[in-house]
Amino acid sequence: MSQAAAMEHPVGVEPAESPLTPESWGKLGMWIFLAGDAMSFGGLLAGYAALRLGDPVWPDPDSILGINLTALMTFVLICSSVSMVKALSAIRHGDHAGLKKWLLATILGGTFFLGCQAYEWTHLIDHGLSLSTLFGATFFILTGFHGAHVTSGVIYLSVILALSGRFDEHSNTPVELVGLYWHFVDLVWILIFTFVYLL
Amino acid sequence: MATTHDEPNYIAVWIWLAVLTVIEIGVANTGLHKMLILALLVSLAVVKAVMVAVYFMHLKFERRTLALIAVTPALLLLLLTFAVYPDAMGSNFDRRLMPQEEAAAVKH
Repeated sequence: MSQAAAMEHPVGVEPAESPLTPESWGKLGMWIFLAGDAMSFGGLLAGYAALRLGDPVWPDPDSILGINLTALMTFVLICSSVSMVKALSAIRHGDHAGLKKWLLATILGGTFFLGCQAYEWTHLIDHGLSLSTLFGATFFILTGFHGAHVTSGVIYLSVILALSGRFDEHSNTPVELVGLYWHFVDLVWILIFTFVYLL
Repeated sequence: MATTHDEPNYIAVWIWLAVLTVIEIGVANTGLHKMLILALLVSLAVVKAVMVAVYFMHLKFERRTLALIAVTPALLLLLLTFAVYPDAMGSNFDRRLMPQEEAAAVKH
């Protein structure tokens, strides 16, 4: 729009405005989504803190949960974040084979995490942990909500892997967006691991 | 269209995150005072979370205003935690005091 036209129609035209993420609106959208999602996790964590602080007989998590298995899950999730940044770095250098290889590694990391969580849940349920206690309810809701995010992430990553032929060194925003989502899932797990398992 | 970015040393970040996780597990199993363990573990978790956001999510290379979007939920969560804290800590007292107060209110 020319300057003269802008003068005639000043409403809604902000020539000085520049986007927060100049390279893509999708990235801004993903960040806003993640901020909202962080509030969901934040609400659950604050609720967990309130219930736990108010309960004089809260059990020691170490006596019920397997810390060694969860530490391994944490390590694998951290590794999958590294493979994710490697995938993005590969396509930014035009390396299609690298993109596929590292995306697949990330998907395998997420799937391994989910397998461990399924094993953990089955074991705990077999030993009588249920939603009927505050400890059980908060544990299953927090780790379940996170597990649902990991599941969505694995599906999201698989779709990006299936579409990987469309990306190159100039056009790769969808890879960056799935990366942002995946790192967020990793970030939230770091907090859950500390508050639910270690403290 | 994506632009080229500077890249942090991802392997160094990965090693730091792994080392901090091992330290966390070590701290959780020490016989330190409970409040000290709480402070250390929360600090370590926050450092790890910030490292993921800054290096893996590339906040370091984004506009500073975008970081405000990322920080806002953390601030609101802090506010929320302080908001629920008095009720959570007071719930033991509630069981003893509330019924009397309610009874007094009913009498009036």
